[in-house]
Amino acid sequence: MTIKIYVPIDSTAQSLGANEIAIAIELEAQKRKLEIELIRNGSRGLFWLEPLVEVVHNGNRIAYGPIIEEDVKSLFDSKFYEGGQHDKYLGKTDEIAWLKNQERLTFVRVGITDPLSLKDYLDHEGFVGLKKAVNFEPQKIVDEVKDSGLRGRGGAAFPTGIKWQTVLDTQSSQKYIVCNADEGDSGTFSDRMIMENDPFLLIEGMIIAGLAVNADHGYIYLRSEYPHALDVLNKAINIAEENNYLGKNILNSNKNFTLEVRRAAGAYICGEETSLLESLEGKRGLVRYKPPLPAIEGLFGKPTVVNNVISLATIPIILSKGAQYYADFGVGRSKGTLPIQLAGNLKQTGLIEKAFGITLRELLYDFGGGSATGKKIKAVQVGGPLGAFISEENFDIELDYEAYSKLNAVVGHGGIVVFDEDVNMAEMARYSFEFCAIESCGKCTPCRIGSTRGMEVIDKIVAKDEQPKNVALLENLCDTMVNGSLCAMGGMTPFPVMSALKYFPNDFGVESKPLKT
Amino acid sequence: MDKNKIQHHIEKYKSLPGGLLPLMHAIQDDLGYIPEESYPLISQEMSLSVAEIHGFVSFYHHFRTKKTGKNLIQVCRAESCQAMNSKSIEIYLKDKLGIDYHEMTEDQKFSLEPVYCLGNCACSPSIMINDDVYGRVDKEKIDKLIKDIE
Repeated sequence: MTIKIYVPIDSTAQSLGANEIAIAIELEAQKRKLEIELIRNGSRGLFWLEPLVEVVHNGNRIAYGPIIEEDVKSLFDSKFYEGGQHDKYLGKTDEIAWLKNQERLTFVRVGITDPLSLKDYLDHEGFVGLKKAVNFEPQKIVDEVKDSGLRGRGGAAFPTGIKWQTVLDTQSSQKYIVCNADEGDSGTFSDRMIMENDPFLLIEGMIIAGLAVNADHGYIYLRSEYPHALDVLNKAINIAEENNYLGKNILNSNKNFTLEVRRAAGAYICGEETSLLESLEGKRGLVRYKPPLPAIEGLFGKPTVVNNVISLATIPIILSKGAQYYADFGVGRSKGTLPIQLAGNLKQTGLIEKAFGITLRELLYDFGGGSATGKKIKAVQVGGPLGAFISEENFDIELDYEAYSKLNAVVGHGGIVVFDEDVNMAEMARYSFEFCAIESCGKCTPCRIGSTRGMEVIDKIVAKDEQPKNVALLENLCDTMVNGSLCAMGGMTPFPVMSALKYFPNDFGVESKPLKT
Repeated sequence: MDKNKIQHHIEKYKSLPGGLLPLMHAIQDDLGYIPEESYPLISQEMSLSVAEIHGFVSFYHHFRTKKTGKNLIQVCRAESCQAMNSKSIEIYLKDKLGIDYHEMTEDQKFSLEPVYCLGNCACSPSIMINDDVYGRVDKEKIDKLIKDIE
């Protein structure tokens, strides 16, 4: 009987040698005259265990990891293909606590299937949402999305259904769907995982968005740092075209939708939706004034839906299982689930999809297992480079857009970066300004100049040069940036800066908390 | 500068909406950089001023106007990698290659650039060599990777 072996093709697994392991497994099987079927699946998101090799035994998937090339021979020696014992044996994959304790809706297929197998996708309820949507009136699709309570997962948390309604209501012969795949926040990789490991899901979500607002063309604006995702997406789009999911008269519905991927060029600011649109139009990614909203005058001046990868990839399950099913997860106005990405200094890192309402403490210790270095966790940055640093006193606050907002913090795109006690928070605050200076588009003054002035002021505070005066100046500068910047780049850089100063004044050499915030 | 090559790319993207972005990618993928001498030609064909082309290219970190080494090493400087001591990786690589960021080794084998997030944050620190990402890198791993290239 053919032995089924899974070796992930996700780029994190590849970054740890998965390709070499796949080759070694094939060679070893040949040597031993064992008939195997090697499947390159997506990653389950248990990245501390990658490369995670699985075999099918008695109908169950059994996991081994983290595997290095040198383990391959001993895996065969211990008959891992029959579920044999080995140092790296982890048991049934589905029973691993990290996975078992999740609520995977958007990521339901990720890690289980071969990303480019249309058959796998269909066998795992793929295109069920689309098949429903082609028979719905556009308004009915928009209503479903509204009722689900889905909010933009890119970070801004704007209700997706309301954005779609605006585009639907705006009359135009040409409308666009733009997928923001410029996932630039450090500590985030959920977009990448969807694109590499379940690309048909994003395609399905975009087609449904097109049907909902009467748009017939979509762009995926993909960051240039993701070459593997580019390759997978282009292949998936071809397969979808060949099978009449994209192109003319989709599934005999008389509706058309085409899709193309455009590579970004390494500018963080192009994750901001109006900057992204400028870039797509072939210009410098300068942020636009709003209004007009992109939903009314977006790409090439036409009504445009701009949504993050995760938002779009969540649409199919909302359509297939119904708005209420999705809305039943979560807390308060944060409905549904959030793909959370654990990164930085943690023992167990990776992707966790959970309903809103989980606390940082649960994430850091129950899932994350504490710091990788074994030292005390000092600070956690939630929501990327523009997100606040959270200190232990707030680890028990539920992950929820509104609760975080009260803290002057953001949930953002769900990235969580952990620092142990060796971190110097004044250096991190300075880095926030440095990053803003490097990545600012330069259009508005608070961001362009404030970022550089901010670095200088922090240097003075740390050098105890007229400290009280400079602390007041820093507060003042942050206030100007928050209230005077055109977009979130300048408007949110003060969040990490001020939270660092507020919770870790000692790192700045500041004795007390002289702060308004 | 190979004018024919650039002309060929221009033909492909000239009438595409927003075509300047994919055009510049195509040129850089082909030549390894975007020669400034090509600006007048691109300007004429795309109906843009030379200043606009310069403004466009200089805006994006990904685009370069100078040749790089045969191998481009990008070191992630973002927060997650910092939390896993990427600073020591930066120092080690600069020292090993004898160059700073934005520089090329004398033998033109390597160029070094900073990058802000490779999306490999669960396995920090990370570096990227050409199109391949490497996670959980340490000094030994870097030595091996560079030796394999050499």
